[in-house]
Amino acid sequence: MTIESRTSIVWEYAPAPESADHVRLKDRYGLFIDGDFREPAQARYMPSINPATEEPIAEVAWAGPDDVNRAVASARAAHPGWAALPALERSKYLFRIARLIQERARELAVVETLDGGKPLRESRDVDIPLAAAHFFHYAGWADKLRYGVNAREVAPLGVVGQIVPWNFPLLMAAWKLAPALACGNTAILKPAETTPLTALLLAEICREAELPAGVVTILPGDGATGAALVRAPGVDKIAFTGSTAVGRDIQAALAGRDTRLTLELGGKSANIVFEDAALDQAVEGIVNGIFFNQGHVCCAGSRLLIQESVLDEVIAKLWRRMGLLRIGDPLDKNTDVGAINSAEQLQRIETLVAAGEEEGALRRTVACELPERGYWFAPTLFTDVSPAHRIAVEEIFGPVVSVLSFRTQAEAIEKANNSRYGLAAGIWTDKGAKAFEVASALKAGVVWQNTYNHFDPTAAFGGYKESGFGREGGPGGLRPYLRVLS
Amino acid sequence: MTSERLSVRKTYKLWIGGAFVRSESGRYDRAGSHNIPRASRKDVRDAVAAARKAAGPWAARTAYNRGQILYRAAEALESDADRFDRAEVAAAVDVLVHYAGWTDKFHAVLGGINPVAAPFLSFSVPEPTGVVGVIAPDEPELLGLVAELAPVLAVGNVVVAILSEQHPLAGLDLAEVLGVADIPGGVVNLLSGRRGELAPALGGHRDLNAIVDAAGEPELSADLDRLASETIKRVRHARAVTSYDAAVDDALERIDAVCELKTAWHPIGA
Repeated sequence: MTIESRTSIVWEYAPAPESADHVRLKDRYGLFIDGDFREPAQARYMPSINPATEEPIAEVAWAGPDDVNRAVASARAAHPGWAALPALERSKYLFRIARLIQERARELAVVETLDGGKPLRESRDVDIPLAAAHFFHYAGWADKLRYGVNAREVAPLGVVGQIVPWNFPLLMAAWKLAPALACGNTAILKPAETTPLTALLLAEICREAELPAGVVTILPGDGATGAALVRAPGVDKIAFTGSTAVGRDIQAALAGRDTRLTLELGGKSANIVFEDAALDQAVEGIVNGIFFNQGHVCCAGSRLLIQESVLDEVIAKLWRRMGLLRIGDPLDKNTDVGAINSAEQLQRIETLVAAGEEEGALRRTVACELPERGYWFAPTLFTDVSPAHRIAVEEIFGPVVSVLSFRTQAEAIEKANNSRYGLAAGIWTDKGAKAFEVASALKAGVVWQNTYNHFDPTAAFGGYKESGFGREGGPGGLRPYLRVLS
Repeated sequence: MTSERLSVRKTYKLWIGGAFVRSESGRYDRAGSHNIPRASRKDVRDAVAAARKAAGPWAARTAYNRGQILYRAAEALESDADRFDRAEVAAAVDVLVHYAGWTDKFHAVLGGINPVAAPFLSFSVPEPTGVVGVIAPDEPELLGLVAELAPVLAVGNVVVAILSEQHPLAGLDLAEVLGVADIPGGVVNLLSGRRGELAPALGGHRDLNAIVDAAGEPELSADLDRLASETIKRVRHARAVTSYDAAVDDALERIDAVCELKTAWHPIGA
């Protein structure tokens, strides 16, 4: 392992922590069932930990099988009324939720950062505004559903179970709930075990919006809770975002059943830099592609493909830029890279990085002071990577980028597509015709030219191959929640 | 002594990679008064390999060209109508005509421009998912097969299909019809044999992207779901199509089930 000294920053930043004064968190949260917070059947409360300090933030009830059954019964009971509501009224509830998220945006951003470790700059500028935008977008669909499926009559599916990951807790909850509710379904959301808090604040928001009881249920818990929800009778559809391994288990568990399924799974997305790209701009995009949210991003640009003629130049620029990243207190408004979400995830990153070194890739890790407590991993770059190395094949889900090179456009496409995943890709070039040609040849659900990690509620998101099936965003995001009546 | 003319019998063959072949296993089954090939798992693998090779070029054809080829398949089937059940073949021809017209239209219906809140031209476009396995129903043996093939091909996928086990002759005859319809070799591969042997081999193949299961056997459906989960394949379970209407009423769902929606973001301005 080579640790190079980081480029010194010539000016010092004063700490600029966001205040948490306005956050109103309770010490303990129950399960949000039937319109209110309820005690779990078996009193099992787990602390939700701040990964930047390892301090508990609040205690959260974890739902067991009995709670899941109770939740399904409540969601089923609520469904006929919700589905029968005039569509414009349904729409207005969702607009209310969007507005309440905007009103409580600052609080939600701070809680997201406390609970998950992501920089406040990201939760404030990306997660929370996009969550509100998703509700706003799908609110407007509720009374226009037939136009989303080409002027045919539609019906909701019924009760949908939704399982979301820890990397964008509130945003993923919004991606799941907004289209489901707009289509007239009632929803049971299971937030991730390490990041349940903003989902519980969203439960409060549902209550503030006077959403009818049982329309939204929030069941915190771990994998066992999710497994129970997947297998619960009376659930008409499962939507899951998470790892490919768990997605595979869910698909197998639903074999032979009439339950509909959409999966948004892992990735090992290629970020391709051509020699004619604006290289400084590309370097910013590479940094955003892999270090955004500590690399805890399913579509992270974790395989960096650089054309040979500019390989050394781009790596030099990238390494210099990596030295300027500010790593540390996620609540500090100047922080670029926050805490790793959990001890478990940190270990997974360390294991794969160790495998990269063992297999012969050259590691460079930014040398920087990391806080003594909490879970941290400094931004890391691997060169001399072979396409067969584990770090070129497996999803690391951390701030680690693996660099591969290519000579021709055809080779770039072949290498980019040489993956069991197919979630996203980036293309850096100033040639429009080339960008369109490469974009159409890539087996990836999202292709960004001269940008990366851009999301919008109107634009479909989802993967090819083992990155899952089904799309979220835009009219394509409605279809998984509707039955078309012929 | 009057001698009647001795008829020339046909040797039925599998259609793999554009070639009419016997099963590599040398096995056969009886279908009526004919011997038909009983395909093996190796034949399935060969067919998937041939299909994969054909997938890129077929998807790269223009929508106009794919439409013309599917229309030519309808022409060829109509002109060979005498080989098939009269009612079934008429509906099957119409289904092919219907989907021939979809090749250059589903993009506008399933995709479009995304009005994103940033300076980008963002659009979503449906693309073929790749190699699709079709498990044909036992009956109706021609229409039930054509109704599953047509939407899959129209959007630019390639197919490996397991024919009706009870009535495989119509499917094997269809291979000969499609064989003269300008369909490139490997785009459609048709296998006769034991469904219980072939369908799991096809459904579990790691280089298959999606399964359309119209066999209507609950146990097989569950098996296919489990096999599909290993590589996150898309699966659509379908009821056997028995009329033209049933084949086209849910055309968009049939198309959507074998498409990937790709979203591209291109910068506007600097």
